[in-house]
Amino acid sequence: MTMTETVAAVAAPLPGHGLPQKISVRNLKFYYGDTMALKGINLPLYANNVTSFIGPSGCGKSTLLRVLNRMYDLYPKQRAEGEVLLDGQNLLDPRQDLNLLRSRVGMVFQKPTPFPMSIYDNIAFGIKLYEKVPRSELDGRVEEALKGAALWGEVKDKLTASGLSLSGGQQQRLCIARTVAVSPEVILLDEPCSALDPISTSKIEELIDELKDSYTIAIVTHNMQQAARVSQFTAFMYLGELVEFDDTSKVFTSPREKRTQDYITGRFG
Amino acid sequence: MSEHIVRAYDKELDELGRRIAEMGGIAEKMVIDAMDALSNVDLVLAQQVIAADPRLDAIQREIEEQAILTIARRQPMAVDLREIIGAIRIAGDLERVGDLAKNIAKRTVTIGQEARLPRALVGLKHMNELATELMKDVLDAYAQRDVERAQAVWTRDAELDALEDSVFRDLLTHMMEDPRNISFCAHLLFCSKNIERIGDHATNIAETVFYLVTGGTLPAERPKGRPDLNVASFGTAAK
Amino acid sequence: MASYASRRAANRIMMGLCWAATLFGLAWLALILITLFWNGFAGINLDVFTHDTPGPNTEGGGLRNAIVGSLIMTALGVGIGTPIGILAGTYMAEYGRYSRLTFYIRFVNDILLSAPSIIIGLFIYAALITEGIEHRIVGYSAIAGALALAVIVIPVVVRTTEDMLLLVPNPLREAASALGLPRSHVVLKIAYKAARAGLITGVLLAVARAAGETAPLLFTVQSDQFFSLDLTKQMANLPVVINNFAGKGYANWQQLAWTGALIITLAVLTLSIAARVLSAQRTQK
Repeated sequence: MTMTETVAAVAAPLPGHGLPQKISVRNLKFYYGDTMALKGINLPLYANNVTSFIGPSGCGKSTLLRVLNRMYDLYPKQRAEGEVLLDGQNLLDPRQDLNLLRSRVGMVFQKPTPFPMSIYDNIAFGIKLYEKVPRSELDGRVEEALKGAALWGEVKDKLTASGLSLSGGQQQRLCIARTVAVSPEVILLDEPCSALDPISTSKIEELIDELKDSYTIAIVTHNMQQAARVSQFTAFMYLGELVEFDDTSKVFTSPREKRTQDYITGRFG
Repeated sequence: MSEHIVRAYDKELDELGRRIAEMGGIAEKMVIDAMDALSNVDLVLAQQVIAADPRLDAIQREIEEQAILTIARRQPMAVDLREIIGAIRIAGDLERVGDLAKNIAKRTVTIGQEARLPRALVGLKHMNELATELMKDVLDAYAQRDVERAQAVWTRDAELDALEDSVFRDLLTHMMEDPRNISFCAHLLFCSKNIERIGDHATNIAETVFYLVTGGTLPAERPKGRPDLNVASFGTAAK
Repeated sequence: MASYASRRAANRIMMGLCWAATLFGLAWLALILITLFWNGFAGINLDVFTHDTPGPNTEGGGLRNAIVGSLIMTALGVGIGTPIGILAGTYMAEYGRYSRLTFYIRFVNDILLSAPSIIIGLFIYAALITEGIEHRIVGYSAIAGALALAVIVIPVVVRTTEDMLLLVPNPLREAASALGLPRSHVVLKIAYKAARAGLITGVLLAVARAAGETAPLLFTVQSDQFFSLDLTKQMANLPVVINNFAGKGYANWQQLAWTGALIITLAVLTLSIAARVLSAQRTQK
């Protein structure tokens, strides 16, 4: 096909070349038992940028995310090979302290998961885990985190109410606030808006845009418009392989690979 | 290109392509007819050209409306997005081509029986043939998503520019020979300008075709085949 | 239309049969409860709670020693069984969820759960009490009874603990782990908290189950006519007292047996309702 050749000829060697890499994934293979779910992924996550992962269900994008904070370690028969460097340190190293890693690489899930406690405690819980903070300062930290997640105005009068009493969108922002409160360096978002209405979705997207100034963000999403809106880089995965990684603006206007094009234009299958 | 999962989407895109082809056919015919009317002093044909223009405008509006609807409905991405934006741009270009042809036809009506000096029309006819060819080529390139053919049109526009220069000089010469020619030749000057503009729109369409197929853009600078347009160069070239 | 009419007829017949079966089942239950309440309430008075069980051929008497004994042994049994059950259930749901061992434990536990309680009584009897008088570890005693009740409590608590913890959505655990919480914190501060109502329900059901058991106590405690708080001795308790008094010819014994039965039934009923209310609250959230 002429177009692939023409465009490939002018493509840069590595998109985002020269930006500092917060995380570098190198030849990552992942297995569920005997099934290979990731087949040698190479990919950077650039510091203070949003990288989105798109691809059909089962393509391995969520799996990849769960490698980045070793969430898969909770389950037996799941293992990863290769290297994932966080600031140059291989986080797949068996000696890696998982709790420390997870405090550096936070994660927000598809379904909002507020803890069964008050809004205040949902945030304070994580902070108290790592630091001895006097009560007065804790109040400030909780407020700061809630403001950071654009939730303060909506909950400041009912901090003692259960986290479960909030709406879905508020719960999700509470989860983001909780993640932000322990000051991680990287935030992983696994389809954070798939259970939310459009207004809540917009608020979260706005939030992601603000958060990227302080954090490195990776987001898995099924909503391609969302990927196009919130991210600077986009990775398209298919059947456990990374098909294309490029500037988001490039991927959604003129992708290099036919498979990417077929997927984002709705021609798959 | 394989088909969309949603078949109605394919239909919408196909429909856009069909409307563009329809516009292209009308615009091409208007350009040819306008020149014929001018050279044969065929006022009836000229009126027909003028009468064809509203139809072109109407289709252009329809294409735009349909494109906007498709964008709203399907949130097109990548090649689909380029396809739709391309259709809007090409429709705009073709509508302008129609206007330019109509302008030639209007001048034909104005000049009417005062037409004189058939040899002054030779260069103009020549230009029009080239412009028609570019139009036809670029519409084919669009229909077949043929980048090379589009690039060829893009390059060949320089020839049209060069022809316009020589027509300009010819007409200037005629005007200097006999002041009674001035009014007539001034109209022809405008006609040549119109034809040159039609070539430019063909180039625009070529660029759009290149963009919609590759996602890339052609370089900003086109190869120029035209010497500087000033009296000094005219003086030397006239010999 | 004919087939529609016949379908309606078939429907009516089926409905009628269902109603009849339901009424038949409930009728017996109602009959039992009415008889129990009728006979039981007749004997309820202050003496029941302030006097000890009467000897043969004595007037009046109460159930004080039996009630206290039942309370002590049930509390002890639940006190021993609950921590073991909760810890085992926690292992199965939280730590060893995918291990082979959990599979076997669950299997064995289910057998234990449905084992006739008399077998458990027999087991404690064989393990602690017999073996020849000189070598016995303990005699018939409250402590042996409490152990037997603990063995009954454990499988119930194991089962409910595991089930309730499995109901805690995994993303919640992942979310807690993702904050960097050690596993023990995830269990103690998140999973237990989320499953709290369910866990309490499980314990209440276990209490209800233990409170009403007669068979294991017959083999391990027997009974005692007098008030005693000595755990190493025989101790009066409601189920065995009911068993002993019900079949005898003394009118006051029979009356006390009815009253004791009513007290146990009311206690179990209260616990069951409490358990229901708690679990209903949990689902409402």
